[in-house]
Amino acid sequence: MTTDDKKHAGDSILEKPVSRRDLLRLAGVGGAGLLLGASGVGAIFGAKGSTALGAAKPSSEDQIDFYGKHQAGITTPPQDFLMFASFDLTTNSIDDVRKLFKSWTEASAAMAKGVMIGEVNDNPNLPPTDTGEAAGLNPSKTTITFGVGPSFFDARFGLASKRPAVLADLPAFGGDELREEWCGGDIGVQVSANDMQIAFHAIRNLARIARGKAVLRWTQEGFQRTGGADSAGATPRNLMGFKDGTGNPDTKDEAVMNEVVWAQSGDGTPWMAGGSYMIVRRIRIRVEVWDRSTLGDQEATFGRHRDSGAPIGSKKEFDPVDLSRKDGKGKPLIPVNSHVALARGNGSVKILRRSYSYSSGMDNRTGQFDAGLLFICYNRDTRKQFIPMQQKLGQMDALNEYIVHNGSAVFACFPGVREGGYIGDTLL
Amino acid sequence: MKTKLAAVMLASAVVFAGCGSNNNGADQAKEASTNTEQSASKVENWDEITGQYRDFALDQTDKLVAETDKFVQAVKSGDVETAKSLYAPTRMYYERIEPIAEALGDLDPNIDARENDVEEKDWRGFHRIEQSLWVNNTTAGAEDYASQLLDDTKTLRALIETVEVEPSLLVTGAVELLNEVSSSKVTGEEERYSHTDLYDFAANVEGARKIYELLKAELNKQDAELEGQIGTSFDNLEQALATYKSGDGYVSYTDLKEEDTKKLSQLLDALAEPLSQMGTILGA
Repeated sequence: MTTDDKKHAGDSILEKPVSRRDLLRLAGVGGAGLLLGASGVGAIFGAKGSTALGAAKPSSEDQIDFYGKHQAGITTPPQDFLMFASFDLTTNSIDDVRKLFKSWTEASAAMAKGVMIGEVNDNPNLPPTDTGEAAGLNPSKTTITFGVGPSFFDARFGLASKRPAVLADLPAFGGDELREEWCGGDIGVQVSANDMQIAFHAIRNLARIARGKAVLRWTQEGFQRTGGADSAGATPRNLMGFKDGTGNPDTKDEAVMNEVVWAQSGDGTPWMAGGSYMIVRRIRIRVEVWDRSTLGDQEATFGRHRDSGAPIGSKKEFDPVDLSRKDGKGKPLIPVNSHVALARGNGSVKILRRSYSYSSGMDNRTGQFDAGLLFICYNRDTRKQFIPMQQKLGQMDALNEYIVHNGSAVFACFPGVREGGYIGDTLL
Repeated sequence: MKTKLAAVMLASAVVFAGCGSNNNGADQAKEASTNTEQSASKVENWDEITGQYRDFALDQTDKLVAETDKFVQAVKSGDVETAKSLYAPTRMYYERIEPIAEALGDLDPNIDARENDVEEKDWRGFHRIEQSLWVNNTTAGAEDYASQLLDDTKTLRALIETVEVEPSLLVTGAVELLNEVSSSKVTGEEERYSHTDLYDFAANVEGARKIYELLKAELNKQDAELEGQIGTSFDNLEQALATYKSGDGYVSYTDLKEEDTKKLSQLLDALAEPLSQMGTILGA
């Protein structure tokens, strides 16, 4: 196959919906191994990027293409590390914003490939364009996902009429103790990678490129057990020791993703078609308190067994959550105020969770850990999915005794970018 | 102050000392033996530009000596209040040309070292007197430091007369000035007793602005967008800084809230990033 053919094969999938057959065909083009460890549409673009690179180093299976129908980093299986950053724009010029988004797109595409940003990296009279700490490293499945917050649509840029009805500040929830320093932002950027240094490098360089146009508002690093520590890829555990994410919808099922995650063209905001709404919550876990509660209490709090992850009264992690089962005294086996009972409800409302644990050192006021969960989820309509779910949890969740929500932000994550385009080009 | 850097810059000043200001650009190009020198020929009137900067540095050091003289007299005559009022404005003449002073060996630590920057026995200069004035509220014991300070500023004046200002010193010096602000002034660490950090802040920015003004025309020829971006960023920072003016000077650092220092710091970063690209006029 010639380079042109490959290019054509790659481009064509950008222009039409992707069927499972296409996916298999592309797997043949790019090498079957490319699909392992990736899922859904993200995998297709991963394969596409690899073919386009041709003679790329063997680590190309470690690469997820920045370009595609959807942004990478949403249905992509969560990588080992996260660096999230919220930015505020300091410019009032929409042209500047467009320039910034173009520069960010170029830089992000380079970083996803694991190559240096920019061209001036060897002039002794100038600071190098790339800060260099990721030089020579594998792409490490780096994904960089961009979204804009409600404040992006205020009077500054004349975009008020384009604001999706879905994208509004969240209502106050029970258990919120939000701190300004971890809330909001005009732009949200989620970087996930299998290497923390690479993730940091991405945010650092995006912040540098933004100087004069946007500034950091808040950041949070996150982690989970690494792929190396759990090659089987079991559901990761949160810092409370419980498996987290068992109830996630199947990211490989395109129909489900279209139902749960991807905004559709008929949803009222055409520029968001193929995008998704991201909710970020910084949830501190009172680990000292949690650690002195009994295993029985802990399991009743989650509604699952700690060891297996199975619903209380069941044996296996993925056994169905049956809220109608009663114990000998007629009480529900899974307490009605347990986390799983409330989050699951009747099972009709789903979100795609993509959370990471965080540890931000010590709270100097108390000498306790500032550690917890950077909860991230994606949904198609926050008003119908995340908000009702969190309203119930905020009021009743047994978990609230052990956690506090101290940061919050929402972002409309753009549809994917086609090569030659830029993030947000459907909006501005 | 940065002792390490001073050594490096001193070395570079020596390397280029052979390139007299009476050489024209073509000769320099012919004689070129290093990258920096070769690339310097990308700008034709370097001699004129560096000459103007040298004049500026001389003018600032002239004033530094004159104002330090007044400050020193106040210290020696035991007039704490006058000494306090002269302290910060006097230092501004030094802060505007700090990169060039840093290129002159021990002079910078002698004039500008903070406590613990040098060994106790070697600690002298402005900040030693600052401590005496603000912490002990006296000039007693500071008289000798005052005399030394005046001598040191005079030595600085004499040395600047002899120094060759290199294009690369100008380009990196502008960024150096802002880095000074970024690392010690915006954090309130420079003037830890008097809290007059904003005077230094303003002077460092003015010193950087001077270099930008000198290079502006050349920069505009080679990268008009960059030149414009730097100009706008200077304006933004100076406007923000102006809101902290008080009389002829600036409010105390202790009056700044966290959001104030954060805003100033971010505006500074927004300026320093494009300013650091000014080396583009030196070529590759």
